[in-house]
Amino acid sequence: MSPSRSAQRNVRDVVFVDGVRTPFGKAGEKGIYAGTRADDLVVKCIRELMRRNPSLPADRIDEVAIAATTQTGDQGLTIGRTAALLAGLPRTVPGFAIDRMCAGAMTAVTTTASGIGFGAYDVVIAGGVEHMGNHPMGAGADPNPRFMSERLVDPAALNMGNTAENLHDRFPAITKDRTDTYAAASQAKLAAAYSNEQIQHDLVPVATMKPGQGWALHTADEPPRPGTTVADLAELRTPFRAHGRVTAGNAAGLNDGATAAVLASAEAAEELGLTVKMRLVSYAFAGVEPEVMGIGPVPATEKALKNAGLGIEDIGLFEINEAFAVQVLSFLDHFGIADDDPRVNRYGGAIAVGHPLASSGVRLMNQLARQFEEDHSVRYGITTMCIGLGMGATVIWENPHHAAYESFTTDQATAATTEGAAA
Amino acid sequence: MSAAEFQKLAALFPDEIVTHSYVQDIQLPGGAGTFALITLDNGLDHSKPTTLGPNTLVELGDVLEKLKERASRGEIVGVGVTGKPYFLVAGADLSAVKTLKEREHGLWMAQLGHAVYSTLANLGVPSFAFINGLALGGGLEIALQSTYRTVSTGAGALALPEAFIGLVPGWGGVYILPRLIGPENAVKVMIENPLSNNRTLTGPEAFELGVADAMFEPADFVEQSLAWAARVISGEVTPERKNSVDATDDTVAARWTAAVAAGRAFVESKTSNASPAPGKVLDVMEANRTMTQAGSAELECETLAGLMQTDEFRSTVYAFLDLVQKRSKRPAGAPDRKLARPVTKIGVVGAGLMASQLALLFARQLKVPVVMTDIDQARVDKGVAYVHAEVDKLLAKKRIKQDAANRTKALITGSVSKEAFTDADFVIEAVFEELHIKKQVFAEVEAIVSPECILATNTSSLSVTAMAEDLKHPERLVGFHFFNPVAVMPLLEIVRAPKTDDAVLATAFELAKGLKKTAVLVKDAAAFVVNRILLRLMGEVIAAFDEGTPAEVADSALRPMGLPMSPFTLSAMVGLPVAQHVQESLHAAFGDRFPVSQNLQKLIDNGVKSLWVPGPDGTPVIPAETLAIMSFGNTPSTGEEVLRRTQDALAEEIGLMLEEGVVAGPEDIDLCVIMGAGWPMFLGGITPYLDRVGASERVNGKRFLAPGVASAPA
Repeated sequence: MSPSRSAQRNVRDVVFVDGVRTPFGKAGEKGIYAGTRADDLVVKCIRELMRRNPSLPADRIDEVAIAATTQTGDQGLTIGRTAALLAGLPRTVPGFAIDRMCAGAMTAVTTTASGIGFGAYDVVIAGGVEHMGNHPMGAGADPNPRFMSERLVDPAALNMGNTAENLHDRFPAITKDRTDTYAAASQAKLAAAYSNEQIQHDLVPVATMKPGQGWALHTADEPPRPGTTVADLAELRTPFRAHGRVTAGNAAGLNDGATAAVLASAEAAEELGLTVKMRLVSYAFAGVEPEVMGIGPVPATEKALKNAGLGIEDIGLFEINEAFAVQVLSFLDHFGIADDDPRVNRYGGAIAVGHPLASSGVRLMNQLARQFEEDHSVRYGITTMCIGLGMGATVIWENPHHAAYESFTTDQATAATTEGAAA
Repeated sequence: MSAAEFQKLAALFPDEIVTHSYVQDIQLPGGAGTFALITLDNGLDHSKPTTLGPNTLVELGDVLEKLKERASRGEIVGVGVTGKPYFLVAGADLSAVKTLKEREHGLWMAQLGHAVYSTLANLGVPSFAFINGLALGGGLEIALQSTYRTVSTGAGALALPEAFIGLVPGWGGVYILPRLIGPENAVKVMIENPLSNNRTLTGPEAFELGVADAMFEPADFVEQSLAWAARVISGEVTPERKNSVDATDDTVAARWTAAVAAGRAFVESKTSNASPAPGKVLDVMEANRTMTQAGSAELECETLAGLMQTDEFRSTVYAFLDLVQKRSKRPAGAPDRKLARPVTKIGVVGAGLMASQLALLFARQLKVPVVMTDIDQARVDKGVAYVHAEVDKLLAKKRIKQDAANRTKALITGSVSKEAFTDADFVIEAVFEELHIKKQVFAEVEAIVSPECILATNTSSLSVTAMAEDLKHPERLVGFHFFNPVAVMPLLEIVRAPKTDDAVLATAFELAKGLKKTAVLVKDAAAFVVNRILLRLMGEVIAAFDEGTPAEVADSALRPMGLPMSPFTLSAMVGLPVAQHVQESLHAAFGDRFPVSQNLQKLIDNGVKSLWVPGPDGTPVIPAETLAIMSFGNTPSTGEEVLRRTQDALAEEIGLMLEEGVVAGPEDIDLCVIMGAGWPMFLGGITPYLDRVGASERVNGKRFLAPGVASAPA
């Protein structure tokens, strides 16, 4: 009997143990991370995870997957491996780099989670980073001319702002006033979450030194503009289209930041005494027309729900990345959810806090995990985001604090055995 | 003493590269309050260390005064000091201190430091030093004056090197350190380390001694230090200081006295008390056990002001900054390095002890194949086996890893045929010191190697010019004179013969750099620099001995110079036959300035290896049978006379060497004796000392160095 025949293979439960992130900064010369390296931001996150989870021996980490959209310079050199070495993890711990643009960290999570489910890993670190000051979006990219000559993708689709304007064209019911109202609410919800200390706990303080200023310590996000009103937002110009609808105020900014999370098999979490903040239920990625990439979360979510055998009505909390307000509203409209539904982005979203591309997926997970802890009535939640070139990503999670949650016991290991394709 | 005087002092240094004190308010984690963090930064990259000059200290003092006011208003709960990457701060700006002309200015400088540091120590809120990197002297004292300290595991070079430099740790270090880490450890840090090749502590070593209260890794050192400071301020953490002592305690008093006495014995053994500073460090430490910190501060300032005016201090700064740190990196007279040719394989003629040491050095440092040849297989095997055994020793001491050991061993091969040199770029001989043998070796090698292959000789006493005479390509021969033990002694004399070309010379200097040696360009003259000076010195002392000066008088006459060993001990270490052999070459070259001692020859003929042998109680004695071999004159000298004639002889010899153009200047003579003979920096090598004692004026009618270069300014 060959030991790895699929009929004998267990699919194991994957749990989200813990996640942290750096405070997010504004990209550019004046931003808090100007002059700071992207890899150093990842290192701070990994070290903080190790400190917060002292029962996790560093040599039990089986993989470090770190996403970055631009993988050159301080985000190059296989950043998962370099970050592991720089963080002081044992040299026996491998690592790799991963890229799915905005869903980089989310893909780092799903890819390593699959490895856990398959039995290749027990414990992993997954995260992402984007220093958009050091790596402006699309810098160094060389799009194939066939995209244009064969009209594979409208060249305008390579600019995310244009795709957001395109989404307004497709859904005329989503007006600029609705997106500005949504954006102002995002700022207000984040400000409230900050004052309730719901954000700070997941932040790792980062010290930086700038010429002529000395060392400073960053413990809070730089992008938020609390107190922003709809009237303020109405004033802003529409850089992507004259008399358009997308502004700097109803979109996420250009940001610097890093995130990282620990995932484990349910068995390993129990063995090592790790906390279980969420259980992975299902995930899915889906492609859409690149010209309206913001709609990506809709098919991704439908696919993930189908994989899980759940309906949208089963989802009690939504953490949806706010690349653009219009893209969130197109999702909510599709599923018949109100713009101000309290299940959606309780702590506000990327419009307020920022969106350092490949890092954002784990931020959504951190926040969902905290909301699960606060609200035991919710059983399922999703983290979802749109992705450049026309994709969406959705991960469905279960709340371990919910009454119906069946926590892992050793007996269950055999019960979870599935019949493989060969059966 | 007043702020106005400090301003006056600062104004004397308009060109100071100021290390600024930048302040950032930090909100401490856990709601512990607002913390003011000072970063010491000169705005330059890591190749330009931050230093403490008068303007820097005035600025830091102003910043601290403002923070003290803020503390009194309750705006801040603590103050931290840290540095730009890799440095807390490198210490007092020595090149500035060296130019202070008036004793009063030195006193102001000392008082300025105390005024600033005392503010740091009395802010009304706790102060923290986050030692992120190098912290020397006044730099480490900033940390010591703070209430609490953290240190990075990656911090290198923490030290109070003042005893070495010629000062005392007089910005509070000498008061605080023995109380913080115990008197014995303090003597280790303030005396033993500085006088042991200026040794420094790593972060973990400093933490182990108790210099710092907490230690964090470099990756998030500032963040973790701040988090720790927050826990200390909120009372969550109280640092334990396992080595700290109460100086007023009786048992501590006894330990204190014993530690000072042990320190004095150490100073005596290392320097013969020839430099005032180490003794003063111990004087101040001894006195301040019963003093208040303010009382000690006054004593420290007075002591510093006095020492800053000493020639020993100024000679040390000259030797340390101008020579060892600067001149050694840009050797005078070295051709453009662009002319250097790559060296990818090295040949060593000979497989004896010297040859094997050279082979090991080349293979280890240059990481290129090294082939040794000798006349028979047994000698070759012995040479290769020696190198392999040395590599194994390095491995056993964990100085190198297994892979590096394997690599080095694989690089070393041996052959009985010089054909092995066919593809070598550089072939050095280390065969017997006989001109005709060396010439024969080079003739054989030249028949095999490429026309560009460089030929080098490790001769210590023969003429490189004569060696080149019959070569087809005399321009390729260069002298490459190492000092024993090759792996340890940092000097390499690179000897230019009249026909040596620039490309060969440039390659020799690049090789020296690769070997991590300090290279000095010397003209082909008998015994070059170091041996000529050492033998002139030994010749004078042995001559005095032969004339009837008692051995203990003759051999201790030079103690006021503080040389690493006495002349008789040195000649025994070199080996009497070797010393005599070189002396004979020098006698042949220069005549009676290098007398050949008949007594020394008798000792050699009778197989005596050393004049001194350990007596029954361990103290050195000269056995009666050794004395019986020799005959003495009846014109004994006093120690003072021997010292003076030696000083004069050295002044004469160095004057002649400079006249002959053996080296580019007196600075190279000084660099050579420091790096090749281990002569102390408080002598400035040797020429500042000869200027100081008047020997140069007496013999040559002029100084070697202008006043102020290595002595008090005129």
